[in-house]
Amino acid sequence: MKLLTLNFLTCARKTCKSLPAAFPLHPREAELEQVETDMNAALIKNILPRLEWDAMKTVTTELGLPNLPAETPAPEDLATADGEPSQTLKDLHVLLMDTAVVSGKLVCGNCGHEYAVKEGIANFLLPSHMV
Amino acid sequence: MSRPEDTLPPDLFYNDVESRKYTTSSRIKNIQADMTNRALELLDLKEPSLILDIGCGSGLSGEILSDVSEDEGGPHAWVGMDISSSMLAQALDRDVEGDMLLADIGQGVPFRAGSFDAAISISAIQWLCNAETADVSPEGRLKRFFDGLYASLKRGGKAVCQFYPKNAQQRSMISNAAIKAGFGAGILEDDPETKNVKVYLVLTVGGGDVTGTVSGMNGVDVYDARRKERKRGKEFEKKGSKAWILRKKAQMEAKGKVVKSSSRYTGRKRRVAF
Repeated sequence: MKLLTLNFLTCARKTCKSLPAAFPLHPREAELEQVETDMNAALIKNILPRLEWDAMKTVTTELGLPNLPAETPAPEDLATADGEPSQTLKDLHVLLMDTAVVSGKLVCGNCGHEYAVKEGIANFLLPSHMV
Repeated sequence: MSRPEDTLPPDLFYNDVESRKYTTSSRIKNIQADMTNRALELLDLKEPSLILDIGCGSGLSGEILSDVSEDEGGPHAWVGMDISSSMLAQALDRDVEGDMLLADIGQGVPFRAGSFDAAISISAIQWLCNAETADVSPEGRLKRFFDGLYASLKRGGKAVCQFYPKNAQQRSMISNAAIKAGFGAGILEDDPETKNVKVYLVLTVGGGDVTGTVSGMNGVDVYDARRKERKRGKEFEKKGSKAWILRKKAQMEAKGKVVKSSSRYTGRKRRVAF
């Protein structure tokens, strides 16, 4: 599961969903993988305002990745003066699109429920008493 | 033709054998591709977007989302949800680009508010009309799903869900659940009244009338049930007309009031006195 997706996922339980503690899900015992994909500058530019940067910082710290800048990168920084993709954009692409959690657990900060991740697919099926 | 929905729940029906059959059948592949392209046409995305694929299965529809060319506003990134682990295993074998979750859409959509630009669903939501255990109902599952979907789409976002309703009742149950969740909803039928009819539920979050999504398309007739009703009401409601007076009199009579009996002079215009 890409870090981009992780920035949108919340706990699936109804009681958790509206609470701030249920987002982001905290990765535990996570195994990471890096797969190179084609750069899509327009997509990143589209998604950037929707990212929760604080959650992004929490997750990267928990995964032991290098620290992120304090603020969301500004849209102007994504391209250099001559229209080429800048280093910021390349870093964002590697972080959001290329880095993925292959296996481990995602833990809800509110109820403590653990969602297992196997082969990059998270299991969000809940037993009926927890729905 | 038998409906798989009537035989087994989706996670059991799509076992390893069925999933492989479904994914390798060129006939199914073609139909799925056609429907995905039609859904993309309805979504009318101008720039690369983040799309939720509901019931993504083995990623047949997702592949098409990743393959949209740059001139047509692609390629899009997508996140898929499916309840069948065998189907997802097929998707892993085929190396699709999107992220996938093993999740039951009837339990809600586990994303924070405003996550997605659009959502797409090919041949999936009719499964919600079956409740497999006594503690859930089809209405409850539909409500959880549409409420979750409504929240996870951004404002102005659109969703297109192609589905196979069993009968008219199921069709209205699904569309009413969507309207209740707050969507602007419309149903588009391709090849109506043939065996190959395809039903698309088009949903919008805020941002104008749902009929606007097909305004630029050729060969689409719009039947608007809302507008017709409003018009008919107006004709009835001409205040002071004979029909209006008779209706009011009947209303008062039903309340138990003393009402003058109606005659041929009731509600008749007086002659203009010169």
